[in-house]
Amino acid sequence: MSSSSSSQSPASRSVSVDPDATLDVSVTINGDTHQLVIEPRRSLADVIREDVGLTGTHLGCEHGVCGACTVMVNGEPSRACLMLAVQADGADITTIEGLANDDGSMHPIQQAMHEAMSFQCAFCSPGFLMSTVALLRDNPSPSTDEIREELSGNLCRCTGYQSIVDGVETAVSLINSGGAA
Amino acid sequence: MKNPPFTYHRPTTVDEALALLAEFGDDGKVLAGGQSLLPVMALRLGSPEHIIDIGSIDELATITVGDGVTIGAMVRHAEAEKSADIASQAPLIAAAMPYVGHRAIRSRGTVVGSIAHADGAAEMPAVCLATGATMSIASADGTREVAAADFFQGFFTTALEANELLTAVHFPAWSPTAGGSVVEIARRHGDYAMCGLACSIDVPNGTITEAALSFFSVAGQPIRVAEAEQALIGKPATESSFADAATVVAEHLDPTGDIHATANYRRQLATVLTRRGLAEAASRIGVPA
Repeated sequence: MSSSSSSQSPASRSVSVDPDATLDVSVTINGDTHQLVIEPRRSLADVIREDVGLTGTHLGCEHGVCGACTVMVNGEPSRACLMLAVQADGADITTIEGLANDDGSMHPIQQAMHEAMSFQCAFCSPGFLMSTVALLRDNPSPSTDEIREELSGNLCRCTGYQSIVDGVETAVSLINSGGAA
Repeated sequence: MKNPPFTYHRPTTVDEALALLAEFGDDGKVLAGGQSLLPVMALRLGSPEHIIDIGSIDELATITVGDGVTIGAMVRHAEAEKSADIASQAPLIAAAMPYVGHRAIRSRGTVVGSIAHADGAAEMPAVCLATGATMSIASADGTREVAAADFFQGFFTTALEANELLTAVHFPAWSPTAGGSVVEIARRHGDYAMCGLACSIDVPNGTITEAALSFFSVAGQPIRVAEAEQALIGKPATESSFADAATVVAEHLDPTGDIHATANYRRQLATVLTRRGLAEAASRIGVPA
């Protein structure tokens, strides 16, 4: 069910896989490489949650609207529900579990959003955090409008968004004051 | 698990992909970035028996400069957004990119995939029509080129046959005296527009010599309003010329109404966007994107 020791199929080789057959896929998630045996129709999000056991990546709509399943694929934010797991063969993925520091302390963006009470039921939080990591990496000092625009691809049904925007602004000031990188 | 079952093919060359399309044609579907196809499958609006994933065909992931710029089928929106070559050679594409979905969608979705999908509310088909782009189409039987004006044929309908692959789209050289813009009105950022416009004007010596007004989200396919374009030729690039063109747009554009916006509201948006888009285009002449 989970990992497999069978040989990986590098994406450089042509393959055809029947609907009920499986493909050997190698993905690196939060630094650990996993050899997985996967049916073609399964989404990357399902495989991260069910096969790898990292349930921090949440599934809301499962068709690309809500943003809860956002993960980094080769450093770029991506909807894990809008990728087949077989498309991730050879990819380097970071999920919400890979965000904290090695000593277990929170990533500065997590810390800032925690302090600003950006998390209410927190179902949407993993997606918001991953989108915010991408936003602040490319634009370390976004305006409030830019924050709202960049995070418009993530839906929250609790907070009304204000506390989330506050949290991102707290993160911006924390990072820019040299609090952490 | 939401996706219906399918046979998965991952060719590594265009020839292999074309052989698969020749074999499975009507029962097959090309998967590039998957940001339109996978939602369609998740919602069970479509369940192709064969998925042909072109994501491992390296020769399709190229941006080539030469008499304009040619974008291969696996160039993702995010790559186009960051490309200095596209910003200089095809600034209308660069202008369209921020409107395409959200950042996480642009990471995966491809420019050419959006064109082949041919959503009448999408930005890229309108940019193709405004710039006179040329589609490079391949099948096991050979290759052909189709002008944007002949490619988009209606609601999610293009000139592509079931056994064909849209391998690349060529955008012609951009005049140094031209300016362009993409403007739209949507309910929320990242949503499909209720009405949008990709436009350009070439103003070499104080008067407009060429104009393109390509509206999207007004019909099943992007629509150019030739009468309004003609009205701009020979005029100075001023607010009053743009307002006159907007009046002609209102007379000749016949948008469809739906639950998102009535036909009259879309026509009103189109006139506003004509003035706004042309003013922005004029302001960008000679300004690097």
